[in-house]
Amino acid sequence: MKNGIIGSNSEKFFMAQHSSKGARFQAVTANRLLDGEVVYLAADNSWTEVFSKAEIAEGPEAGEALLARAVPDGFEKQVLEPYLFEAIEDENTGFRPVSVREIIRAKGPTVRLDLGKQARRQAQG
Amino acid sequence: MYRYDEFDHQLVAERVEQFRGQVERRVSGELSEDAFKPLRLMNGVYLQLHAYMLRVAIPYGTLSSRQLRKLAHIAREYDRGYGHFTTRQNIQYNWPALARIPDLLAELAEVEMHAIQTSGNCIRNVTSDQYAGAIADEIEDPRIISEIIRQWSTFHPEFSYLPRKFKIAVTGHAHDRAAIKLHDIGIVIVRNEAGEIGYEVHVGGGQGRTPFIAKKLAEFVPKDKLLAYLEAVMRVYNMLGRRDNSYKARIKILVHETGEEEMRKLVEAEFAQIDASKMLEVPQAEIDRITRYFEPPAFETLPAESAAFNKAQADDAGFAQWCRTNVVAHRQLGYSIVNISLKPIGGVPGDATDVQMEAIAELAEVYSFDELRVTHEQNLVLPHIRLDDLKAVYDRLVTHELATPNLGLISDAIACPGLDYCNLANARSIPLAQEISNRFADLDRQYDIGELKIKISGCINACGHHHVGHIGILGVDKKGTEFYQVSLGGSADEHASLGDITGRAFTEDTIVDAIETLVETYVGLRHADERFIETYRRVGLTPFKERLYAE
Repeated sequence: MKNGIIGSNSEKFFMAQHSSKGARFQAVTANRLLDGEVVYLAADNSWTEVFSKAEIAEGPEAGEALLARAVPDGFEKQVLEPYLFEAIEDENTGFRPVSVREIIRAKGPTVRLDLGKQARRQAQG
Repeated sequence: MYRYDEFDHQLVAERVEQFRGQVERRVSGELSEDAFKPLRLMNGVYLQLHAYMLRVAIPYGTLSSRQLRKLAHIAREYDRGYGHFTTRQNIQYNWPALARIPDLLAELAEVEMHAIQTSGNCIRNVTSDQYAGAIADEIEDPRIISEIIRQWSTFHPEFSYLPRKFKIAVTGHAHDRAAIKLHDIGIVIVRNEAGEIGYEVHVGGGQGRTPFIAKKLAEFVPKDKLLAYLEAVMRVYNMLGRRDNSYKARIKILVHETGEEEMRKLVEAEFAQIDASKMLEVPQAEIDRITRYFEPPAFETLPAESAAFNKAQADDAGFAQWCRTNVVAHRQLGYSIVNISLKPIGGVPGDATDVQMEAIAELAEVYSFDELRVTHEQNLVLPHIRLDDLKAVYDRLVTHELATPNLGLISDAIACPGLDYCNLANARSIPLAQEISNRFADLDRQYDIGELKIKISGCINACGHHHVGHIGILGVDKKGTEFYQVSLGGSADEHASLGDITGRAFTEDTIVDAIETLVETYVGLRHADERFIETYRRVGLTPFKERLYAE
């Protein structure tokens, strides 16, 4: 299928749901309460809409620590159901999510490239 | 069409204000997500991959043009300019902001619409035949009893916390377009030997992880006793249905584990009690009142033939072809039923833009007595179009890219939202529908292949009805990869059957070739005029399997 990034050979076919035990790199994601927007936990503990600004934790302990930072008292006023997911480092382009699910969450529907984060990024040039 | 009475108005308006308060308390932090989630789900609000999703009920798939205009308005003002018509005859919006949903629901209430019974473990929105009241040989308009069931089931206090969700479908016609045997309860309106109208009741059908064809529990339930019978089924289910395991909680599992005979006895014992109490006997005056809402519109007396229509077909081959595929004979001379395909070649099945919805609403208003329908196959219907007006309707549909002449053909696939939108999905389904549609884009080839129902689900929950596709496709997650499992020979009509899995699943790069191999195998095997499903039932799985997995 030739829809969006999933169609390119390098990025298809990893369907790890969220994260796996052997994951080296992980980030924390959630959906924002007010509009459901996909957000990521950034280094300053704020929630960012952009995956490239997500803090990446290396190793399982750092991952758990990152997740703990995502759920302080009252976190539910901002976001829903934070969880860890696996990321991978690409030599040329930096980090990216591993699973198709998280790639789609980071960009938008592969069948509507005019919608979601991918569209906003294009609009910004 | 049914119009709200004061109770309906009050019910829906109160619900909107309750939800407004709940959203405010959630945003302020007074309500936790755990407390809020069941409340939002009771109002049709799901959280999906990219945003919230709102599912709006379209009871038995019937809409007025005013309602469709409102749906278009909501797509434009509260969403991203489109809506998605679903296999439950509903519409979903993929991007509404939580804080604005109460206002959205208030706007829906203005046109007698809501999102009640679109989620949660209650009796869901009743579905029915999209040709209700328009097709010949119908025993009775199924929307009459559907509306009575709606009134009985909405906020039914005893059945608000069932073991699992519960879906009821009704048909008034021998040819089943509502997939009634794949529902928790499927109702067929029948006539007995004395000529009286009553109901055949099928119980325990369903798809999902463990698919079953429903068992016929009652041959003939008299008209005034249907609610008592349904209440009896619900009570047995509510008491005995499993609550320990959500995968085993649907009534289909109860019927299967209890056995058809025992289930019938349990229901009949319960029915005898309810019937004796007379509590649920629907008064004839009330039946008459609701029947009046569904009386046929003021059809003109017209000849069976239309010279204008015949000439237009002779002059315009595209129009003639569209008439052959998308237009169905009407019960009333001089009229026809028009199917509007929401499956343009390469498009997203079931999606319609705000502008398209407005154009369709106008057609319904001008040409179809202000009425239209949603089908569970994700298309729309203008139920009452004069033959004389067909060309004008067609031209307007062409302008809005709504005249694809592919009803029932390979490019008229059902597909769930899949991993492009859905939080439960394991694989994408829309791109697969698009690829298949593009592969078979040549309409002459589609006509040669004939009726072929492809149904695609992105996970085992089977919203895309893959179990009952002539060719069913199920997206699975295998060793970290999107794979597609194929099944053959499913059917959702009166000869309902579940598909047989062909074997090893296919990758996204090989699945469309596999579909083509299956189609070519059928073309090679078929007898003259034999449809895919008939050939499959004659020859079975083996020849397809051999070709599919030949080295």
